[in-house]
Amino acid sequence: MSALFDASAGDQLETRTVTITRADLVAYAGASGDLNPIHWNERVALEVGLPGVIAHGMFTMSLAARYVADLAGDPAAVVAFTSRFTRPVVVPDDDAGASVELGAKVTDVADDGTRTVSVTATFDGRGVLGKAVATVRPR
Amino acid sequence: MPLDASFVGRTWPAETYEVSLEKIREFAAAVGADDPVHHDREAARQAGHPDVVAPTTFPVVFTWPATRRVVDDPALGLDFSRVIHRDQTFELTRPLHAGDVVTSVVAVDEIRELAGNDVITFRVDVADADGETVATTRATLVGRAGDEDGEA
Repeated sequence: MSALFDASAGDQLETRTVTITRADLVAYAGASGDLNPIHWNERVALEVGLPGVIAHGMFTMSLAARYVADLAGDPAAVVAFTSRFTRPVVVPDDDAGASVELGAKVTDVADDGTRTVSVTATFDGRGVLGKAVATVRPR
Repeated sequence: MPLDASFVGRTWPAETYEVSLEKIREFAAAVGADDPVHHDREAARQAGHPDVVAPTTFPVVFTWPATRRVVDDPALGLDFSRVIHRDQTFELTRPLHAGDVVTSVVAVDEIRELAGNDVITFRVDVADADGETVATTRATLVGRAGDEDGEA
């Protein structure tokens, strides 16, 4: 069963809300090797003119990739993913974290069943991923 | 200061990376990817994979350090403290899995100036031990312009 492979062009898929905490950013920094302090150190983030500690664009993108994989029901089906990082996700120093809503819409279905999926990520009412498109191929 | 345009079209020596079960597990856990194919070898095999499968964005673990070597080359003229990661693309020919030994070749696809900011696009071609392309990634970075007085 796959929500994504059952969907047709134009179909909007079920949204998902994910939360991002400082602890998540530390774990992602370690796992990815991206130790840029703007993603965990408030002092440095403020010094370079950011509103606070921000999530790695790649972390938000990775959460979105996982969301699409879950919709497909097969992580190996997500064969391409492209995105622009348009706005930062500011992650507060609290237990609640930042809330990001993920959305997906099928824009094309190829003859072999491959879905082109337009992905959105919204934080604080505004999009943080731009022109985000996933290619999802049935195996 | 404009970037050194002679970097366009250049490639750098291949770097090797061994994809491991534990690194896939760590990365998958960090991005909340709890599907068993990322964590359990038996589940991955039952799903038709040789070993645990890397998430789509996993290649950043080795493509970013490979790219960073070029970013940090003083001859390029990019001040990393002013860099913003603007775009990222992953194209996979096949899923990466534990046991893969891959090589990454970094290339600079494009350098241009946009509203006074330096924009540079890196491509990384990733091949497996047989020399087959398994992934291509692209990252576009923006080096924000310095202050009016020329201070970076």
